[in-house]
Amino acid sequence: MWRDHLTEIIVFSVLFLLVSAMGFVAARWRRPQDMAHLDEWGLGGRSFGGWITWFLVGGDLYTAYTFVAVPALIFGAGAAGFFAVPYTIVIYPLVFLVLCRLWSVSHRHGFVTPADFVRNRFGSPVLALLVAITGIVATMPYIALQLVGIEAVLKTMGVTGDSALARHLPIIIAFAILAAYTYQSGLRAPALIAFVKDSLIYIVILVAVIYLPYKLGGWGSIFDAADAKFQASPAPGDGILLNANNQLQYVTLAFGSALALFLYPHSITGVLASRNRDVIKRNMSALPAYSLLLGLIALLGYMAIAANVKPLPGAKAGSVDGNTVVPLLFDQQFPDWFAGVAYAAIGIGALVPAAIMSIAAANLFTRNIYKEYLKRDATPAQEANVSKITSLVVKVGAVACIVFLDPQFSIDLQLIGGVIILQTLPAVALGLYTRWFHRDALIAGWVAGMGLGMWMLYQIGNPATGKKHFAGSAFPLSEFGFDTKKTIYVGIVAVLVNLVVAALVTLVLRAAKVADGPDGTTPDDYFADEGTPRAAAPADRAPSAPEPVA
Amino acid sequence: MDAPEPEAPDSARSRAKDKSPWNWLLLIPIVVPLIPAFFNADSPRLFGFPRFYWLQLAWILLGVGTTTLVYQMTKKRGEH
Repeated sequence: MWRDHLTEIIVFSVLFLLVSAMGFVAARWRRPQDMAHLDEWGLGGRSFGGWITWFLVGGDLYTAYTFVAVPALIFGAGAAGFFAVPYTIVIYPLVFLVLCRLWSVSHRHGFVTPADFVRNRFGSPVLALLVAITGIVATMPYIALQLVGIEAVLKTMGVTGDSALARHLPIIIAFAILAAYTYQSGLRAPALIAFVKDSLIYIVILVAVIYLPYKLGGWGSIFDAADAKFQASPAPGDGILLNANNQLQYVTLAFGSALALFLYPHSITGVLASRNRDVIKRNMSALPAYSLLLGLIALLGYMAIAANVKPLPGAKAGSVDGNTVVPLLFDQQFPDWFAGVAYAAIGIGALVPAAIMSIAAANLFTRNIYKEYLKRDATPAQEANVSKITSLVVKVGAVACIVFLDPQFSIDLQLIGGVIILQTLPAVALGLYTRWFHRDALIAGWVAGMGLGMWMLYQIGNPATGKKHFAGSAFPLSEFGFDTKKTIYVGIVAVLVNLVVAALVTLVLRAAKVADGPDGTTPDDYFADEGTPRAAAPADRAPSAPEPVA
Repeated sequence: MDAPEPEAPDSARSRAKDKSPWNWLLLIPIVVPLIPAFFNADSPRLFGFPRFYWLQLAWILLGVGTTTLVYQMTKKRGEH
């Protein structure tokens, strides 16, 4: 009952309100001359230095859901859940140079979204629209997942009711506050709040990884307890080590997720908000500090096993909500006030990425749908206004997903989200390096990769939960006719097919001399740095309103 | 602001910024963490952590070290 958790609820609420106040004040922080511009509202004036970018991008990539779901996965399946660690190691060297090129060309041309870049690079509004829609669709369930993170905490504190509305009221209130200050302050709000969020998380985790092993008999016995649990369980894929059948899945999932992460529009928003190339490069070597944090948080899953945590019941009768294991572990092992701080860290940890994601989705709508198809001559002030309103709509949509649909549905959608966002890789990431692909071939590749990816996900069931489709991302290679029990990450296969189709169709279209779109960028655009003036907007892009230089 | 020159005067130098043999080092922290043969074992344990866990956490240092080295070595060349 919630009365038993009164101290936790008070600490949680106070910290939550404090941070909300910061969100509103953020509009005045590094105050711009003119907030009515997408560069200011949606990208914080493109002026963030090393530290702010570190907190912002870190707060953006390592979300409440990560902090709740990765340990839950470790709790349930063991070693397979640890994929998040190699994933977040591989990603930074992988995108070290790529993001600098994206930043430079975006700085030069005033791009706000990845679809802006594609529109200009390949001269194809259709391809840009596909990239924009893919981005919006992939982002929506991601925002909903942040709510799943908060919900796990609220549930543990006993803040839950019987009717659907009562159960979700705290989340609706939290998101209404979030929506209000994001509307007012734009990207400045999550950037400022990220400082608090990450400081809290670092404190909580450092205390947890020092104090809990001491209390639970040392790391050795924590791993032994986990090992004993998995030995006793009938599931074939679990254990504190990988087995012969899930190693390929582990590696391809880590690599595929790394490829996908910086294709998400919200990650790109964080990167484009930085001041210059140097900030990005320094961050690529400093951000892995969060990976260490993530690895330690993941191991809370094993600590929960050693501490005999029993997850709370799930939405359906007989099911359990694995997402509650970490909040329960804190509840059982720590004094109430400290558990309250930990819950606040997770709750606030949901607000930062949710704000950035809604801003990114709103920017995509504004730049690549509204401005492209609805109002060509929109002024910067109109753009900023449309983005502000769209960000509200996006958040209402995410809340509706949680209130009216089973949260499991968001989790499944997010799984699909990873696979579909990967299909923008040839146009966005390879597009930064080569103009070789034909614009129509990229569309063909997108269609092929998307179709195959959806088919593969549809085939994946989970006998344990009785789900027949979309129950995971591990595709059994035997379905392709191989005589093996190995599985592979769907996204990797789909993006490879996408690339092959794009290459083949390019060759055909070039041979048939089908007209290609013009390239609106020059080779030098990819190396421009802070202080380089903006390129003039092409005549067909913004006829009436030249972009002011920020 | 003046109209931008299509070819900025320092373009040749700034292009050299991204081209460096040091960049090849970035492949190490991309490839090494993705080879399970290195880490998928229990022994030796370190502070009670099976090899699977401590070695993968140690690769964070490999990643930080490599990217920092590449950043430092390529920064000097591009400074002007």
